[in-house]
Amino acid sequence: MYLYDSYDQAMVDARVEEFRDQAQRRLDGRISEEQFRPLRLMNGLYLQLHAYMLRVAIPYGTLNSRQMHMLADIADKYDRGYGHFTTRQNIQYNWIKLEETADLLADLASVEMHAIQTSGNCIRNISSDHFAGAAADELVDPRPYAELLRQWSSFHPEFSFLPRKFKIAVIASDTDRAAMRLHDIGIQIVKNDAGELGAAFYVGGGMGRTPMIAPMIREFVPLDQLVTYSEACLRVYNRYGRRDNKYKARIKILVHELGKDEYTRQVEEEFKHLLDQGVEPPLAELERLKPFFADPDFVDGPKTVDRSDPDFALWVERNTHRHKHDSYVSAVISLKPVAGIPGDASSEQMHLMADLAKAYSFDEMRVMHTQNVVLPHVRIADLHALWTKLEAAGLGSPNLDTIEDIIACPGLDYCSLANARSIPLAQRISTRFAEKGKTEQLGELKLKISGCINACGHHHAGHIGILGVDKKGTENYQLLLGGSEAEDTALGKITGRGFDEDGVIDAIETVTDIYLDKREEGERFLDTYRRIGMDPFKEALYD
Amino acid sequence: MKILTGNDLKTGEVIWWDGTGWSRHVDDAVDVGERGDEILAREDATRRVNSGYAIEATKQDGGVRPAHIKDRVRALGPTVRPDLTLKPADPEAGNWVI
Repeated sequence: MYLYDSYDQAMVDARVEEFRDQAQRRLDGRISEEQFRPLRLMNGLYLQLHAYMLRVAIPYGTLNSRQMHMLADIADKYDRGYGHFTTRQNIQYNWIKLEETADLLADLASVEMHAIQTSGNCIRNISSDHFAGAAADELVDPRPYAELLRQWSSFHPEFSFLPRKFKIAVIASDTDRAAMRLHDIGIQIVKNDAGELGAAFYVGGGMGRTPMIAPMIREFVPLDQLVTYSEACLRVYNRYGRRDNKYKARIKILVHELGKDEYTRQVEEEFKHLLDQGVEPPLAELERLKPFFADPDFVDGPKTVDRSDPDFALWVERNTHRHKHDSYVSAVISLKPVAGIPGDASSEQMHLMADLAKAYSFDEMRVMHTQNVVLPHVRIADLHALWTKLEAAGLGSPNLDTIEDIIACPGLDYCSLANARSIPLAQRISTRFAEKGKTEQLGELKLKISGCINACGHHHAGHIGILGVDKKGTENYQLLLGGSEAEDTALGKITGRGFDEDGVIDAIETVTDIYLDKREEGERFLDTYRRIGMDPFKEALYD
Repeated sequence: MKILTGNDLKTGEVIWWDGTGWSRHVDDAVDVGERGDEILAREDATRRVNSGYAIEATKQDGGVRPAHIKDRVRALGPTVRPDLTLKPADPEAGNWVI
């Protein structure tokens, strides 16, 4: 993984001291909250329902054991013993004190981490495939390209005050595990007919109150023009994106209103102009980054595992992913125990995951946008030992991509923007389906819950989505069906009038019963929905 | 009744105006009538409270109940972590929020 050089470290250390001074001036009364707010947000510090919340960047979700140990120590030292892994592959702490934040940031900086650009109208943490560098189906490891873009976008003076926040994802396989087309810019590393690597650009996707799937605006950008083309996309947005209306300020609105063709024309014009300006770093810089992501020293070993223990067999079946080296797999640590809080991990669990990464995965972990953690390179020979330790710590739930593997935003339990709680729904749904023994029967079923229209819980992209709304001061939940954030990206459609908390949980059981009744051989929930449409589900829900 | 709330500037903790200062407990909150803006302006200068605001509430059974669920969640703590609320010994405390 990428390691800071002296410039990176100096920048991050300087930012800590800058924030220390800013926070002290706020505490002394030398600046007002109005003046301080944009400064703290630039450092990922929000004021939420119960306390300050700090969002820490984990670039493309990759971190090592030293960093995970520090995240655990921070949870104990500055928070209440836990952290929350998010849908942007970051971690959030919910109980931070302003007077201690600079010290926290200094501790983060000591392990090459920070909270810069995790809020504000700038380019946020760049996300990627959580199996990057390990997946059997990837063209190349997308992370050097993500890292190049991270360095380009960090402290970019022109793009620090965009019309609205800006999110980029980079993948390098046809299977999309990063919701790439639901980003402001989605980049897929591809190969052209001549066998050269380049980047396909998808621009103008997003969720929130106006969900859109990004159209492809260019099939192939040569890799030595990757930054320049990104700059052109941002420049057109920065110039013409709406600053008069927060709800129409994302790039998806600009692309939609201009039309894909006109937006693309303007980007190409800007690109042509920029090509002569020396924006692009030398290709040597990209080549310098690649060794940081080189394969570890894989060794041949057993390619199969004894599955006589049914619990272990189920976990292997559900929670491991095919690796490019046939003696290894990527193993997913589920942060979704039945009745648990999706994405939450205690400091003890974080320490354990760090130790297991050190012992079994070349000291590397990935945070998934689905709020789980991956050990990317696990020898098949070590799987049983790994699983045994995970089980003992309550981290062995065999539920990846099932109805128990729910994405849920913090919702009204923590978030000042939320209209309804998300987490209690996730807890009750996982409990109900686990107790009835239906989880395995349902197979792949991605359920996503947001507590407000901002869609941090990706409800638009769930096979089943739930959106919490405020109905005259009480929580109400809309149900959506048919979304997907994979390569077959689709936006879910609302079934009809909303439900109360009990009602929406019953409604989910109703729609899953329809699926079980109507499905044909080999069909997932999403496949059946696409074949039979919304009507049978609506009839069952409302007639 | 109208009561005042905000977050402690240093710690971020939820606090409520009790007539002479700020309390962690919503039941200590007092009716400020139409004096909310005046008190908040004065208290803002003391730098104890951050982002203070006035809300509607009712007095019930000797306790104070904010009108909106969001402020009831703020008053108690996260319903999904009873151990982190102001009433960790009462597993049913979350019912008050709903």
